[in-house]
Amino acid sequence: MSNAILMSSGSDIDFMIHGLFPVDFFGNEVWITTSHVCILIVMLLMLALGVVANIKMRHATEVPDMLQNLLELLVEKLDGIVFGTMGKIAAPIYRNYILTIFVFIFLSNISGLFGLRPPTADYGTTLSMGLITFTLIHVAQFKNNSLKQIWTDMCSPLPPWLPIWFPINLISEIAVPISLSLRLFANVLSGTVIMALVYGLLGKLALIWPAALHVYLDLFSGAIQTYVFCMLTMTYISQNYAAE
Amino acid sequence: MNITGHDLIMACSAIGAGLAVIAGIGPGIGQGIAAGHGAAAVGRNPGAKGDIMSTMLLGQAVAETTGLYGLVIALLLLFVQPLG
Repeated sequence: MSNAILMSSGSDIDFMIHGLFPVDFFGNEVWITTSHVCILIVMLLMLALGVVANIKMRHATEVPDMLQNLLELLVEKLDGIVFGTMGKIAAPIYRNYILTIFVFIFLSNISGLFGLRPPTADYGTTLSMGLITFTLIHVAQFKNNSLKQIWTDMCSPLPPWLPIWFPINLISEIAVPISLSLRLFANVLSGTVIMALVYGLLGKLALIWPAALHVYLDLFSGAIQTYVFCMLTMTYISQNYAAE
Repeated sequence: MNITGHDLIMACSAIGAGLAVIAGIGPGIGQGIAAGHGAAAVGRNPGAKGDIMSTMLLGQAVAETTGLYGLVIALLLLFVQPLG
């Protein structure tokens, strides 16, 4: 298993997803891949973080120590971002979700630093997150608008009795999860490919200086893409809430 | 030397992958324009540096998407080999 997951500095270039073992899923053969294992590791880490945070905040002190400071900073900053983007009505509904995907995508993106293959470099992961966003957008849309209003929006530049623009608006709605997921996937994958090429082709020469590449490709790019994904999710969802 | 049909498809896929990453020109120009305007905005109003930075980075990351589509196509052609 460790050979498949760890991106060791061998002579071969290796950035593909490896199947570990097949399982029978309602008569179909489904492979458990390294992406599943990496997602599980990230999720266990998040779970541990959540449990530790819960225990910590139960015994919260007035003068915060290291961990409490960190947790309060994270929650406060993200609450600020969510409230600033979504407004007072929508923000309390979605802030837990945004915090969860923020932590998940960030930990996934930087897991390349710890020798894992980032789970977000698998299109299955990012497409499912894009589809969750798509579902949330349309649940919010049908909750907050009447059917007549939605129809008017879908025929938007022309009057509602002339639905010539309807197919084009439909395509632009369907393009939302695809562009969201491809953006995240391609960014993380390009970082993974470049690091695999550096380690695979240079071998022994890649000693200390690839740390700079890791800082840019894993940390900087990963953080920016996390922010972009959460920001776009919030913007798309809050379009369906009337401004207060 | 015998060139089979599969070899021809592989060679053409490699050329196609090279052509697909030409898409990187667009985001390069776009991000440069965004960064230039960001620098001008910081010069005009240094107090708003934080807001300008975050807006600029968000816009650049969104503008990057079209180039990444080209990259995805190139990687598909090279490693998934849908045609061969």
